[in-house]
Amino acid sequence: MKLAIRSAGQWLNPLLFFVIVVTLFPLGIGPGPNMLATIAPGVLWVSALLAMMLSLDALFANDFRDGTLEQMVLSGHPLTVMVMGKVMAHWVTSGLPLVLLSPLLGLMMQLPEGAYGILIVSLLLGTLSLSFIGAIGAALIVSLNQGGVLLSLLVLPLTVPVLIFGSGAVAGAGMGLETSAHLSLLFAIVFLSVSLAPLAIAGALRVGVAAGR
Amino acid sequence: MYRLAGRLAPWFGGLCLLSLAVGLYLGLVVAPADYEQGDSYRIIYIHVPAAWMSMFTYVVMATSSAIFLIWRLKIADVVAEASAPIGAAFTAVALLTGSFWGKPMWGTWWIWDARLTSELLLLFLYLGYMALRGALDTPQGSARAAAILAVVGVVNIPIIHFSVEWWNTLHQPATITKLGKPSMHISMLRPLLLMALAFQLLYFHNLMVRMRTLILSRESRASWVAELNVETGN
Repeated sequence: MKLAIRSAGQWLNPLLFFVIVVTLFPLGIGPGPNMLATIAPGVLWVSALLAMMLSLDALFANDFRDGTLEQMVLSGHPLTVMVMGKVMAHWVTSGLPLVLLSPLLGLMMQLPEGAYGILIVSLLLGTLSLSFIGAIGAALIVSLNQGGVLLSLLVLPLTVPVLIFGSGAVAGAGMGLETSAHLSLLFAIVFLSVSLAPLAIAGALRVGVAAGR
Repeated sequence: MYRLAGRLAPWFGGLCLLSLAVGLYLGLVVAPADYEQGDSYRIIYIHVPAAWMSMFTYVVMATSSAIFLIWRLKIADVVAEASAPIGAAFTAVALLTGSFWGKPMWGTWWIWDARLTSELLLLFLYLGYMALRGALDTPQGSARAAAILAVVGVVNIPIIHFSVEWWNTLHQPATITKLGKPSMHISMLRPLLLMALAFQLLYFHNLMVRMRTLILSRESRASWVAELNVETGN
């Protein structure tokens, strides 16, 4: 399952999207280093969030179209476990590359020295929970052919806490503040979403498969 | 259920009009002007009940969605579907009146304050719910998918609320959280509670009316609807 996603080459597009969106901000706002340094945490985080949304669209869609999803639902294995594997695979292919690339973009955005470690840690946690939260939305609209905008409409309000604590941690680190509170809360969100979201995803997939038949 | 809703609707509507009239009279005429905010504080008689109802409606929606998911009661799904647009309207009213009040008080129409932001996000949740309902074409599938979304939303609302609150706050603290001793004079409080009652009744009235239409359109092929048509001469 993981191999299938990897060979599809879909991980590259969100990554490029991430880079391009981050590049647009200095062009739109102006290249002043002070200004960029202030907005850098927010810009990096929002761009990563949008890139994740972009890649979520295809999470279940291909499996739904060729019937794999129906097989998974009918196979008798616990669907939540399979969903967990599927979402982890999604995170490895689209979340992790974003995390790895983020320090480079931070450099371009004049991110303050002390913030890089926190940027990586917060994105690592954040993208993981974004994968799980977003997968709920992707599962809900699986039986629709065109659901990209609807997906964002459903999922983005739910991702607000992740964004707040993530970019808050990075901004705090840039100013030399203590960030452990933000990170602990991010951890809490990760545990919550990893443990609860698969239930919702599995339920939504069952509905989708039943509706598409 | 259709007949019950039909019988209850005028009662809710009538009581709503009554409490609305008394509440508005007490609020706009009898209650004294605030010593800091003058007369413009009076908009809370619309704003606060609408904000309360926006949250109450979401809870109703999520609860009935959960009931629908667990016991497959069709009527629970009708309640949820009928509630969504009403709740979205309450949320929009709360946001609008809030910004009318914010202009003279804070000097700005909009501010990225915690409560405003979470109310705005609540509006997005309502709209997402309605969009999902509209997008899925099979009635069975859309009902269950929308119910899952509503339940996920209600788990998230407290998290969203507290995260936003932490992020930034300027809004005056809620005036009536402590039940024992509200920080408000009784002459101002009474109309507010009356208005809250009126909004609650308004919600139930709208809910009944919308439920009747939804039941009719869903069961349009059932025999009792055909009999009803004969009775009313259609």
